[in-house]
Amino acid sequence: MSAVVASESFLERAPLQLRDAVVAYFPEALQWLVHHLITITVILTVFGLFFAFTTIAERKLLGRLQNRLGPNRTGLPFFKNLRLFGLTQPFADAVKALTKEDIVPANADKLLHFLAPVVVVSFSLLGFAVLPYGRNLIPVELDAAVLYFFAAGAATELAIFMAGWASRNKYSLLAAMRALAQLISYELPLLLSVVPVIIVTSTLSTQDIVLAQGGWLFGFLPQWHVFTPWGLAGFLIFLVAALAETNRSPFDLPEAESELIAGHLTEYSGFKYALFFMAEYFGLTALCGLGITLFLGGWQAPFPFLEFIPSYLWFGMKLVAMIMFFIWLRGTLLRLRIDQLTRLAWQFMVPLALINLGNAGFWILTTDWSGPMQILRWGVSIALIVVPFFFIGRRLSLGRGPRTYSYATS
Amino acid sequence: MLGTGIIKGLATTAKNFVGSFHDPERMTTVEYPEQQIPLGEHYRNFPFLVSETAEDPMGTLRCVACQICEKECPPQCIYIVKSKDKKPDATGKQQLYPVIFDIDTSVCMSCGICAEVCPFDSIKMDKVFEIATTNRYTGLLLDREQLAKSNAYYNEIRPAEAAEVDGRLAVAREAAEQKAKAAAAAKAAAAPATPSPASAPSASAPQPSPAAS
Repeated sequence: MSAVVASESFLERAPLQLRDAVVAYFPEALQWLVHHLITITVILTVFGLFFAFTTIAERKLLGRLQNRLGPNRTGLPFFKNLRLFGLTQPFADAVKALTKEDIVPANADKLLHFLAPVVVVSFSLLGFAVLPYGRNLIPVELDAAVLYFFAAGAATELAIFMAGWASRNKYSLLAAMRALAQLISYELPLLLSVVPVIIVTSTLSTQDIVLAQGGWLFGFLPQWHVFTPWGLAGFLIFLVAALAETNRSPFDLPEAESELIAGHLTEYSGFKYALFFMAEYFGLTALCGLGITLFLGGWQAPFPFLEFIPSYLWFGMKLVAMIMFFIWLRGTLLRLRIDQLTRLAWQFMVPLALINLGNAGFWILTTDWSGPMQILRWGVSIALIVVPFFFIGRRLSLGRGPRTYSYATS
Repeated sequence: MLGTGIIKGLATTAKNFVGSFHDPERMTTVEYPEQQIPLGEHYRNFPFLVSETAEDPMGTLRCVACQICEKECPPQCIYIVKSKDKKPDATGKQQLYPVIFDIDTSVCMSCGICAEVCPFDSIKMDKVFEIATTNRYTGLLLDREQLAKSNAYYNEIRPAEAAEVDGRLAVAREAAEQKAKAAAAAKAAAAPATPSPASAPSASAPQPSPAAS
């Protein structure tokens, strides 16, 4: 973690001081190891618990979005009448997953079948290493952190195909091929939506990107990238691409139950299935964390008078908000067809992301414009987003809608 | 414009989310074991045997062991053994009764054909669906003691249908009573006139036939 800035509040430095105090108990030669092990343990614990409570929050929220109650029964063992709003559900699920029989198909490639869930979890965890959680909290400070993040994230695609291939099941294989097509299609807009940020901040370090979004416009407005035209467009493209990258609804084609049973997860049971599930949520959390870092100001507070709240809590709040938004989307949208999915990526998102790249270039070239020219700068930048969106969007749905159904009235 | 549909959808689900906290009318589900939605009038699950009273279900079973239901049952889940002796049935007529009447509810498909074909209104469809047991053999194979439920219960779960059955049975019972009375009267009339047997049958014979039909 980065060097401590002395002029900061106690809460801001508390986690670091606690870690240093623990490290000091160990001999000099082992201190670097303990230092990193503590970081790893904290990340695994915090995001493991975060995953657990995301699953219950997702189920409860989805219920509410559909006028249901969601799970609210699970209490504690030995306390029959204590329900705790069902918040212990994830632990009951974990016990169930651990005690379930682990079935491996007779014809499966045993080694790959075993390796796939392990690989998918380990690669999805790698992304957490470079996210700045707070002003001083960043596990590994890399110069090319953004590049590292995407390199590590792309390896999960390999694991998904591994799972589909090793199961020796037609559903699994078809789903794995679909997943690859989807992930590769959406990797492009995802990367292209990130490039403008790198152009404007001219750094690949996540911590520097967050620092570049600091300071206040007119003394009270945050200067997050999402509040610029190119940043907003980039963020929206990033959101859609992140949804697709994490196989979440409405892009959850690889596990489309109605077509492919459970996709590449068909032949997995028990804890291996839980590992895939976990990896999906880890991937989602990490991508949300990156989105916050790149566009939503990272750990920065939204207003100057709220800066007394520690930066890592701001990061946490933004993360929860992002996850909730994704759950909201899941509760709203319908699954796309595979042709609609790829068309959206190649005919809509990639062109828009490329135009947005040019927009960011324009923004950089006009940094010295001031006064009325500043208004012109914003106007041109907004037009560069809205006009292509309108025209490409119209072309995308040309001759394809609105649909009429003989059996349903709209 | 592209994307307006998504925003409309998000607004709808957001409305659901907020509404679900303060508007119980919106909820599509209930918390089941504590709250139960009343079952429909014609809901049916598994058959039960109707007895006249709750106190002596075995003595007042309407079933006369005719075995029509056993023969009609498509999945063959009914098993009946007839009695050797006879006892009065719902209308007071001397009839056989089932010594064994078993229904294997793990086989039963709840078609209701048994209840439809029964000429004695003695087997009807129940509405109990909470039948989870710990043993799938003994727990789901119901004998006549478990199957017997009183007519009052039948009236409770299917008021309209039970009232119609009760009315029909009352008419039959009355007819049987009149027939018995007529027979007794005929016997009484015949008793003093024993010396002239030729006149007695001609007077009493036309009377029982309308009652019997």
